[in-house]
Amino acid sequence: MSAFHLNYSEHSGPNKMNDDTSGFLGWCRRSLPKIVLAPSFVVTICFVYGFIIYTGYISTTASKMLPNSKFIGLTNYEKLWRTLNWQVALDNLAIFGILYITICGVLGLTLAILLDQKIRGEGFLRPIYLYPMALSFIVTGTAWKWFLNPGLGLEKTMHEWGWESFSFDWLVNSEMAIYTVVMAGVWQTSGFVMAMFLAGLRGVDNEQVKAAQLDGASSFQTYKRVIIPQLGPVFLSAFVVLSHMAIKAYDLVVALTGGGPGNATEVPATFMYSYTFTRNQMGVGAASAMIMLMTIAAIIVPYLYAETRGKRHE
Amino acid sequence: MKARYLKVKLLAASLALGLVGSVQAAEDVEVLHWWTSGGEAKALTVLKDDLQGQGIGWKDMPVAGGGGEKAMTVLRARVQAKNAPTAVQMLGFDIQDWAAEGATANMNDLAKAEGWDAVVPAALQRFSKYEGDWVAAPVNVHSTNWVWGNKKILDEVGATELPSDWDGFISVLDKIKAKGYTALAHGGQPWQDATIFDGVVLTTGGADFYKKTMIDLDAEALGSKTMEMVFDRMRQLRGYVDDNFSGRDWNLASAMVIEDKAGVQIMGDWAKGEFIKAGKVPGKDFVCFRTPGTQGMVTFNSDQFVMFKGDSAGEKSQLAMAKAVMSPAFQSAFNVVKGSAPARTDVPNDAFDDCGKKAMADLASGDLMGSMAHGHSVPAAIKGAIVDVVTKHFNGKNSSADAVKELVAGIENAK
Repeated sequence: MSAFHLNYSEHSGPNKMNDDTSGFLGWCRRSLPKIVLAPSFVVTICFVYGFIIYTGYISTTASKMLPNSKFIGLTNYEKLWRTLNWQVALDNLAIFGILYITICGVLGLTLAILLDQKIRGEGFLRPIYLYPMALSFIVTGTAWKWFLNPGLGLEKTMHEWGWESFSFDWLVNSEMAIYTVVMAGVWQTSGFVMAMFLAGLRGVDNEQVKAAQLDGASSFQTYKRVIIPQLGPVFLSAFVVLSHMAIKAYDLVVALTGGGPGNATEVPATFMYSYTFTRNQMGVGAASAMIMLMTIAAIIVPYLYAETRGKRHE
Repeated sequence: MKARYLKVKLLAASLALGLVGSVQAAEDVEVLHWWTSGGEAKALTVLKDDLQGQGIGWKDMPVAGGGGEKAMTVLRARVQAKNAPTAVQMLGFDIQDWAAEGATANMNDLAKAEGWDAVVPAALQRFSKYEGDWVAAPVNVHSTNWVWGNKKILDEVGATELPSDWDGFISVLDKIKAKGYTALAHGGQPWQDATIFDGVVLTTGGADFYKKTMIDLDAEALGSKTMEMVFDRMRQLRGYVDDNFSGRDWNLASAMVIEDKAGVQIMGDWAKGEFIKAGKVPGKDFVCFRTPGTQGMVTFNSDQFVMFKGDSAGEKSQLAMAKAVMSPAFQSAFNVVKGSAPARTDVPNDAFDDCGKKAMADLASGDLMGSMAHGHSVPAAIKGAIVDVVTKHFNGKNSSADAVKELVAGIENAK
């Protein structure tokens, strides 16, 4: 035994025991996670944060068709706020964002609660609700465009089935077109939110539920007072995911309405694209991109801060 | 020893062949364009075959999108990646923007040798040249203030004499609508709304008003009662389109007129290519007339092939292509199929049909003004602002007075 122990420290190379962390190889082993992550880290710093700074720089220059280095301060931001389309885009973002997040959350929670009732077909129904998430927004947008087109889809079918006075022309109506975007978006993502809530519901301690039942609480009261309050973290995650998807919604709008009848469904993402690339106003487009970034940061940064602060206390 | 000499001989022979081969083969031309509808693609094959005959290969790079916006985006990406295509189809101010960036090739020598200065109208040269240097070869001259009518439907409503003023036009549209057809075939894309706008501005205020508002951007003219009347008339036209017009492509709207489903379409004369391709005969199956009230005036846009600076090997093919594009024979052959008028004034009009002859006559004698909707009157940023207001008004419910206010503010903001 002792001979073995004496010999152990003289061994080197592959025979060394795995928890010896001295020397160069030891340093390598300790830093292995950092080495593996280093390439992605560098790429992220460079391509994400580096280009965010570059976009911020462009938003302060007089760039029109191609980047330009003439500094003009915050003029682009002033121009941006005076642009009619930007006001429309912000209004649409508010409508779309609030409705999308609220309806997805409520619908997702309801579906999760219903699926959690230990029904027989759960394994069969759950994937069905999740299928829309597997489609890209372009496919969703195109399919819903055909469905909602008055001359092709729902309205025409209703007319052919005999219900002549049925009318559902939201898609081509300037004021209602944004709500069709909400419909398509909710259809796509509520399954995903349902899956998140289902996981959260499964994580609730069964003892508490049994205790509530023993105390005579009805099913509704159990859910309202015991289970849903414990889903706080899931609500927060769902909110973060949904809000970033709402702000980035570009392909859905382009596929479904192409910017809407006129410019009725312009959103910040489509605005940024068209002003930067099509209209030769790169400075204004970059300014709008920075505003979008600040909006997302205003939501994500407090969330991250709360998360990391919580961890440190543990 | 013998084998070594054999190898050397073989190597020398292949090198010699290779050298000969490379001297003979010219570089292919890679052409970026948005001529993807049936009639347009057919017109382009005229150029392809011409170049094929000269031994120059053709690499096609079509980017669909009737107004060319997507193609311009793709172009920007390619130029930034230092991989510009050989030639690019471009309109109006875009040519000037790219030339200002120093990305275009200089064709002065070719222009002098071929005598382009004498045969290309001055209004077109304003866009083909940058600071006096030729940077683009104009292919055609389209104009946007045309109405294309289905002769059968027009005869049915008794409109055998074509309307020559706005009120006459409206009464014809009413009659067509009363018969159950779609009066005005239209595609609800912003550039199509803007194309109609060109004609309505021209007919409401005349050539001077158009120049003051769309070219000079005079704030007083833009905010005037005449402009309000323009928007009123746009609202009138909105009442004659069918419910499904949103997002429809322009050639599908032309198809509605071709297939006896709609009465008229207000569209540039590239629509004629669709009618010709469907086998329709002008004067018998369809009629063409200027937007009522704009006879003798032409809001034009000219497709031009811009040659981008690249390596010197590609330059020979570029110049060959530019020369081919400007040759009278090609100008005649291409424009007969495309529906436009030649960019050279010395091309004989024998091969053209009646509508083509009409277009060429108007070009020679009429008042030529750049089309706002197609980037020939103001740069892209201001055009975007105008089109925004036009399309919002067309698709929405805001009043003409509000639209005029938004127009003035939007243009000011985009300068």
